[in-house]
Amino acid sequence: MLEQLQLLGRGGLQAIGGLGRAHLLLAGMLLGLPQMLARPRLLLAQVFNVGVLSMLIIGVSGLFVGMVLGLQGFYVLSQFGAAQSLGVMVGASLVRELGPVVTALLVAGRAGSALTAEIGLMKATEQLSGLEMMAVDPVKRILTPRLFGGLIAMPLLAAIFSAVGVLGGWFVGVGLLGVDDGAYWSQIQAKIDFDEDVVNGVIKSIVFGFVVTWIALFQGYDATPTSEGVSRATTRTVVHSALAVLALDFVLTALMFGN
Amino acid sequence: MGRRRPHTTLPGRIPGRERASGVTTGTPGPGGQAEPRPAAPRDPANGDPMRRAPILRSPVAPDATPLVRIRGLRFARGDRPIFNGVDLDIHRGQVTAIMGPSGTGKTTLLKLISGQLRPDAGTVEVDGQNVHRLGRGDLYRLRTRMGMLFQSGALLTDLSVFDNVAYPLREHTRLSESMIRKLVLMKLEAVGLRGARDLMPSALSGGMARRVALARAVALDPLMILYDEPFTGQDPISMGVLVTLIRQLNDASGLSSIVVSHDVRETAAIADRLYLIANGKIMAQGTPDEIEATTSPWVHQFMHGEPDGPVHFHYPAPPLTQDFLGPSTATPGDPR
Repeated sequence: MLEQLQLLGRGGLQAIGGLGRAHLLLAGMLLGLPQMLARPRLLLAQVFNVGVLSMLIIGVSGLFVGMVLGLQGFYVLSQFGAAQSLGVMVGASLVRELGPVVTALLVAGRAGSALTAEIGLMKATEQLSGLEMMAVDPVKRILTPRLFGGLIAMPLLAAIFSAVGVLGGWFVGVGLLGVDDGAYWSQIQAKIDFDEDVVNGVIKSIVFGFVVTWIALFQGYDATPTSEGVSRATTRTVVHSALAVLALDFVLTALMFGN
Repeated sequence: MGRRRPHTTLPGRIPGRERASGVTTGTPGPGGQAEPRPAAPRDPANGDPMRRAPILRSPVAPDATPLVRIRGLRFARGDRPIFNGVDLDIHRGQVTAIMGPSGTGKTTLLKLISGQLRPDAGTVEVDGQNVHRLGRGDLYRLRTRMGMLFQSGALLTDLSVFDNVAYPLREHTRLSESMIRKLVLMKLEAVGLRGARDLMPSALSGGMARRVALARAVALDPLMILYDEPFTGQDPISMGVLVTLIRQLNDASGLSSIVVSHDVRETAAIADRLYLIANGKIMAQGTPDEIEATTSPWVHQFMHGEPDGPVHFHYPAPPLTQDFLGPSTATPGDPR
């Protein structure tokens, strides 16, 4: 019993310590913003790494998610004689929820784990210490551009995901199941509000981009510098990011769309 | 400069400097005090007196004020003490070697000197500045005057050899790209890798990576260079060149060098002063000749690589027979 209490206490202290280190790292990364703005190429390179290199998986996933939404939506809506509203159902689902959330989960799996492994290996191979010894702050030089790269790339990827998803829903609904083409697009145009739906979706994806990249960078920077340590850190990145995205999605949805 | 060449007395050695140094040795155990030992050790292979490869040392007398001054250094990793009240001076213009068995904290000492680690107690002063009381800006300013050659090389893997060497120049100077190119090629030429400038670090052997790292470490013409195991993984030719290069760089550029190494012969050949550390303290210090002349069993065993002596090869363990034939054959962690 006492041992379990000790374990619980130790775990709690470690969690609080980790949270403190994560916030200190975040402060360090934010302080590196002016330095990063002086070298925009560093940022562009990370937008490319996180964003452009994730486009294929985002596009393909968005297409299939949109097609499934089109299929399921058609069967449900047709029971109520509302199949012509398929466009708004697919569009709203993607723009409000699935676009930001699924994109964040995919980015956590692809780019987040890659960021953790990259930073963890840089630590294990003394590259971060090497930068320190060259009087270059690795947090500002290496981590800050990655944080803002993720922050910028996530809403762009979410927009691509949603756009491709709407096309996937159109392909199934209009192309295969006979929903009227004009009704599909006009319903989207009429019912999806820019401020209510699109802007809120963009805000969500910005928050998710920030959190996922922060978790990925912290896990890499805080990893035990061994192959096992980097492996564990990569796993933690995906798990923590997924949980954080889903929990934050609930909070943000309640704040944005609750009464 | 072959490391296996027959040896003579070291040319260029300044007798006054040697006399002024004075060897001190300690013995393992509490309060092991310095005690001069006159007799020269003999090579266990052939019984000849041990000598080193002849390397020219510059006739530059060390400055009276040490560049690095360590006093009362205490440092522990968890419950395991690494340093227990170490006092150590690194003099300007000299090559100082830190030697000792594996796991005695040689690399840790370099990290403490460069401010990468913080001691539990004691002070580390570099060029009169207490490293661990400096703010980040001042520490970074100090580090621009330090070069460090990491054991792994620590090259940035996403940059080519050229860009790795150019990195500190681009970060800390406003030199034109054409000037940077010339400087980088000069540094790479010095380590024999000018032709490898376009290779990526993944295409380099461990020894080549360390030579590129050396070129990078001297790119800013630092005041002091810290070498962490510079000879590991070098083939005999590169080893000989590197040994000479470290000495020549030190003398030609007016540097001070701290070399951490296990390679007794090569390190002793270029060092002005040796520190042997073990058990959290300095076991012996002095010029290479003085260290060689000691008959301290610990120093003798270490310098000659003898398997038997005060330093045990085996990690502390119960007798083998007890493990094999004892009452319980279960190993720790065995669910049985």
